[in-house]
Amino acid sequence: MAVVTVGSAIFALEAKEIIYGAIGLAGSLFGVATLFFLLNAPYVAVFQISVYIGAVAVLILFTVMLVREEGWAKEAKPVGLTRVAGILTGLAVVLALGFAIVATDLSQFTNLANGATFVNIGQLISTAYAPVLEILALVLAGAIVGAIALSRVDREETAH
Amino acid sequence: MNSLSDFVLVSAILFGIGVYGLVTKRNALRLLFAVEIMINAANLNFVAFNQYLPFGTAENALGQTFVLFSIALAAAETAVILAIVVVAYRLHNDIDVSEMKTLEG
Repeated sequence: MAVVTVGSAIFALEAKEIIYGAIGLAGSLFGVATLFFLLNAPYVAVFQISVYIGAVAVLILFTVMLVREEGWAKEAKPVGLTRVAGILTGLAVVLALGFAIVATDLSQFTNLANGATFVNIGQLISTAYAPVLEILALVLAGAIVGAIALSRVDREETAH
Repeated sequence: MNSLSDFVLVSAILFGIGVYGLVTKRNALRLLFAVEIMINAANLNFVAFNQYLPFGTAENALGQTFVLFSIALAAAETAVILAIVVVAYRLHNDIDVSEMKTLEG
């Protein structure tokens, strides 16, 4: 599953057509959701599937189709130097994190059979982190209204 | 059984892919993909550490709670970015970020 996740993440960035890239991104998000299942966090996994694949990926797909035109294929190829620099930077990050992970003895921690359940999540969300939930709702509403306002103002301008 | 370092390594690799995408790509949507991948890498870390090494008792779900908040925030962010992309496309007929040199509407 990790291979699927990583592979479709690379595919999302490297696919020729950006719409295939969007589908690859959805696959990668789904792979992360299955990893959540493996980590005994089914609530988070289902939340990830419903929000990311159900909303975000579909939103991205619609935007891609909305924005796409015949000149779409002229997506600028990264110059060789940029590409090498990108690969080097990515590798450096992976190596640095990887060495830190390998050097830290993480194998001493074992998977807890009876970990947190959605009951614990619900208790946390509705008690200590209830203000966060409220603020998050406001942020989400503000973001959606802002997004609508952005595209709406523009339509009025182009009508002139 | 998978160990904690497996999940954390996958997360690190995903983060590296995201960094690579941020450095090389010039298409606004590709940049959004890269950011989403990096956010997912961070979320994976949260859930993995919550499962293997919870804070306090084993029933502590703090990491999973944070991931729920993070996913909601990422959704809001995506909505705004996509709106900006659509507006930029209408204005410039292009979503190449290196072509966006003006900030005027």
